[in-house]
Amino acid sequence: MPPEPLALRDRFKLGLQAPICMTWELTYACNLSCIHCLSSSGRRDPRELSTAEAKAVIDEMAALQIFYVNIGGGEPLIRSDFFELVEYAVDHGVGVKFSTNGTRLDAARARRLAGSDYIDVQISLDGADAATNDAIRGVGSFDTAITAMENLVAAGFGPFKISVVMTRQNIPQLDQFEEIAARYGAQLRLTRLRPAGRGADTWDELHPTTAQQRDLYHWLLDRPGVLTGDSFFHLSALGDPLEGLNLCGAGRVVCLIDPVGDVYACPFVIHEDFLAGNVRDEGGFTKVWRESDLFVSLREPSSAGACASCGSYDACQGGCMAAKFFTGLPLDGPDPECVLGHGEAALEKVAISLRPGPSVDHSVRTPVSFAARS
Amino acid sequence: MTVASGVTDPHFDVGRAWRLDPQVALRDEEFGALAYHYGTRRLVFLKSRDLVEIVRGLEEAPSARAAIGQVVDDESVPAYEAALARLAGSEIIRAA
Repeated sequence: MPPEPLALRDRFKLGLQAPICMTWELTYACNLSCIHCLSSSGRRDPRELSTAEAKAVIDEMAALQIFYVNIGGGEPLIRSDFFELVEYAVDHGVGVKFSTNGTRLDAARARRLAGSDYIDVQISLDGADAATNDAIRGVGSFDTAITAMENLVAAGFGPFKISVVMTRQNIPQLDQFEEIAARYGAQLRLTRLRPAGRGADTWDELHPTTAQQRDLYHWLLDRPGVLTGDSFFHLSALGDPLEGLNLCGAGRVVCLIDPVGDVYACPFVIHEDFLAGNVRDEGGFTKVWRESDLFVSLREPSSAGACASCGSYDACQGGCMAAKFFTGLPLDGPDPECVLGHGEAALEKVAISLRPGPSVDHSVRTPVSFAARS
Repeated sequence: MTVASGVTDPHFDVGRAWRLDPQVALRDEEFGALAYHYGTRRLVFLKSRDLVEIVRGLEEAPSARAAIGQVVDDESVPAYEAALARLAGSEIIRAA
């Protein structure tokens, strides 16, 4: 074959005609208030997209050939038009993968979901036992997640996914998560904790230690069947790369549409600094994706900055933009969880008071803290 | 996203007719195209425009070899045969 002008990863850095990995938070409403929620969900936003507006977004996705959309929230099943939208998407060639806390996934809804070949379900679970999970997701949430899994199994849904955000508290339970997944015929999906949304307030106590990150890396290398959503590319600096694209896709192959139609560079940066536009703007999502100043700038060649002299930069690409941003680190420097320790050193120079606060918050207005739950 | 690993189909026969799997959609990109299989949920990258043209040409071609020959010179044929064998391995194309 003729030589490729650019390696695929470099090609992706320049952006694509449409995102590959598109996340759409359908609502900020949620009946849980997880202490690491990326979108600080809780209260419904009155400006939420209407059913007609949401269908117009799906029409655009179909025209752009976005093959599937990752639907989240908030709790997407709270929207009364959830099934109408999901079925509309599937009918237009946009497959749906959606994340739910499972509280509303009763037997009837499980059967309805099982009726479509193009809907994938992820049940969130952040501990392999009730104590660990409920400290993060709230009292009773372990039992409701397990009930949802039982409902999916009873409905003959097939292999759903169990989605776990990796924390200091649950990394010792990796093998137990694997057992739970096997018990329900589910696929395990592990993702990285980001200091975004309410996670910004709890990251210091929840994020894995350096030793745990190493354990996780080797555990994942041994299990290529475990999904990660390309979450852990910063761990690739430890040696062989993990499966996936191994780059920050923000604004390049990834983006987020929030419940009010705002388009952000990725699901982990719901902040005005990373707001590219709104699907209600003239030209819709397509124009935001292709022409917004923010996305155009994210596709320009970036400098390795403080990481330039590090031999592992090619492997980790400097890590996660959102993790740096919300911990107050410069975007052209090491990730706060840099496995070579450069992040810790950089964090020591940043006062916690200098971390950017949230610019969007839909939390239920009661204090939530890890300490109060445990 | 799950990116197909690119395993070659050991039974790929370049002399047979091949078709894009009916559950696969192609999206053109500057580098070539994305191919998505709605059944397996796998995403595959077609890394050159010539390969995209060959894959699109399979529909009318009596054989994979003929589809390749319509697009590229003889010297490039082995590389594209290998590329089609990988696409067969990820079920993007299937024997007609």
